Amino acid sequence: MNGTMKDGRKRSLVATITMPLLALLWTVPTIGLLVTSFRSREAAASTGWWSSLWEGGWTFDNYATVLGDPSISGSLINSIVVAVPATVLPIMFAAFAAYAFTFIEFRGKDVLFIAIVAVMVVPIQVSFQPMLDLLGPRGLGINGQFVAVWMLHTGFGMPLAVYTLRNYMSTLPNSVVESAKIDGASHFQTFWRLVAPMASPAIAAFATLQFLWVWNDLLIAKLFLGGGDNKTIIVSLQQMLGTQGQGAELLTAGAFISMVIPMLVFFGLQRFLVRGMTAGSVKG
Amino acid sequence: MADVTTAASTQQGSDGSAPLERNEHKGSPARPVRVIVGAVGMAVTAWFVCNAFLAFAYYPHWFLNSGILIGVLGLVIGIGGSLVFFYFLNLCIEGFPTRFAEGLIPYAFLLPGFSLIAIFLLYPTVQTIVYSFANDDSTDWVGLDNYTAIFGSGAFWSALLNNFLWILIVPVVTVAFGLAVAVLADKLSPSGEKTAKSLIFLPMAISFVGAATIWGLVYAYNSPGDSQTGLLNAIVTALGGDPQPWYQIESGRLNSLVLMVILIWLQTGFAMVLLSSAIKGVPEDTVEAGRMDGASELRIFWQVIFPQVRTTLIAVLITVLILVLKVFDIIYVTTNGLYNSDVIANLFFRKLFTDQQAGQASAVVVVLLLMVIPILIYQVKSFRAQEANR
Repeated sequence: MNGTMKDGRKRSLVATITMPLLALLWTVPTIGLLVTSFRSREAAASTGWWSSLWEGGWTFDNYATVLGDPSISGSLINSIVVAVPATVLPIMFAAFAAYAFTFIEFRGKDVLFIAIVAVMVVPIQVSFQPMLDLLGPRGLGINGQFVAVWMLHTGFGMPLAVYTLRNYMSTLPNSVVESAKIDGASHFQTFWRLVAPMASPAIAAFATLQFLWVWNDLLIAKLFLGGGDNKTIIVSLQQMLGTQGQGAELLTAGAFISMVIPMLVFFGLQRFLVRGMTAGSVKG
Repeated sequence: MADVTTAASTQQGSDGSAPLERNEHKGSPARPVRVIVGAVGMAVTAWFVCNAFLAFAYYPHWFLNSGILIGVLGLVIGIGGSLVFFYFLNLCIEGFPTRFAEGLIPYAFLLPGFSLIAIFLLYPTVQTIVYSFANDDSTDWVGLDNYTAIFGSGAFWSALLNNFLWILIVPVVTVAFGLAVAVLADKLSPSGEKTAKSLIFLPMAISFVGAATIWGLVYAYNSPGDSQTGLLNAIVTALGGDPQPWYQIESGRLNSLVLMVILIWLQTGFAMVLLSSAIKGVPEDTVEAGRMDGASELRIFWQVIFPQVRTTLIAVLITVLILVLKVFDIIYVTTNGLYNSDVIANLFFRKLFTDQQAGQASAVVVVLLLMVIPILIYQVKSFRAQEANR
């Protein structure tokens, strides 16, 4: 226990004892879900999940049933159809705005950017009733379709996207843009050939945050896609949560399936996410 | 966000002088053909993209009712369309005389993004405030009736009280845990630190609904005498206590506390990541100086490290606070506001979706909006201070 580590720092007794405990505490609930998802309904209803660690009796039936249910596997595909465009679309618009905020001097720049900072705090709930009118039968009549949700997520994600990208772009050397200008490149060319590629770490960070946000969203999916054919996996899961008795064993398998893709994205892009977040980006 | 960015934002000094070097030497006269082609191109692109998107919604059978096909086409048309649109926009503006074009281009680049913000956030905010003075299907004015109705209902005040409890407890506890983990992990070996941090960061990828499912297995309740399938009740009974229906305990709003644990569990990783990078940014020599003076590790933490990470700490606190104000999913899928565990956002959802009372729902959300105004002012102020330091 005592002594020093390879890099010469002293071992801390408190940290060596507390950290594994905390890590365990944070992990046990998720392990409980994972274990339960491999148990039959009878087993899950009669004993705690931990007892199956020594009693065994595991089964893949829950996963087979969940993935075989077209309503649930369909909702998994719907989630991808919702999340990918809703992640990518805001980036295009935000990147141009962030470029203007970073590299061009113009009247009203400060006020407009402060508006972005302020709008990040506004709760999205304020827009639901008007948007239900605008997108629903009283307006465009596209409520319940993927397009409606893409548009909403693009709009709601815009302030954070502009903010994140601008914060990152302002760390890029100004001289690069200046020299491109002297070479006679237009702003469009400078943006597309120079700034957009250089800002890719920030774009990846925002994309990760936005993907997690859209994939895990219940509120917008429920209100604007509903619980029918176009529902997302999270709405499926919410519907399953209300199930008692028959089918209750599918909940845990469904929950785990709903977590796999965001976790892959999360761990794949974690490096960028941490960088993007520590550059001051925060979902409002 | 505050000082989190300072390390990376030092070369901004030249920003102010940048636009002075305008390309006066190669200023060009107006080129009307470009202006016209650009304008027509923009209009055609916008028309095509809008109609394609509407077609996805109105005629899904054109696309074989396939979500995947619609998704792929949406992606291609969305990205391609916006790129082509910006290209024509740029072309159109370059057609104007150079001096004029230079002034116009920043606004052109901002236009699409700000239009989206205006349509999806600003207009609805105003409209919601208007709706809060109208009846349930927004067809007639009712004056202050909606506000009288919500302020006169016990459910609203109970939800508001719960919201205040959430605001008081969750951000502070989350930040405290995040700070503790960040500090302790920093003292582990590099591989130990990485593993511990990954495990605590992991819940950030989990949805509120998924988290509620996970914690449902912790809080599950079976009648006394039966075998307890919930982890918490199994521990309680093993220690000789009686199993408790955790979600239903109203006294002391214990059920709200139990639900708060879920959010704290989800958000600690986020706090940890930001605080950890702030702690690693503390100059080593300031810590060494403390050690030389023979100060204890605890004293070094409070007197040397803590003051240097305070700005980050407050930024994280505010971010979690904003999230907590809008907390909805966790309550909706666990108790749905029963047993006095309701919060403002869930009350809003019930009024809007279940009760179909748009007027009262709007009034509830206006209250929520008023609650964020102090935070909004604070955020703008701290952003200004941060910019002034650049």
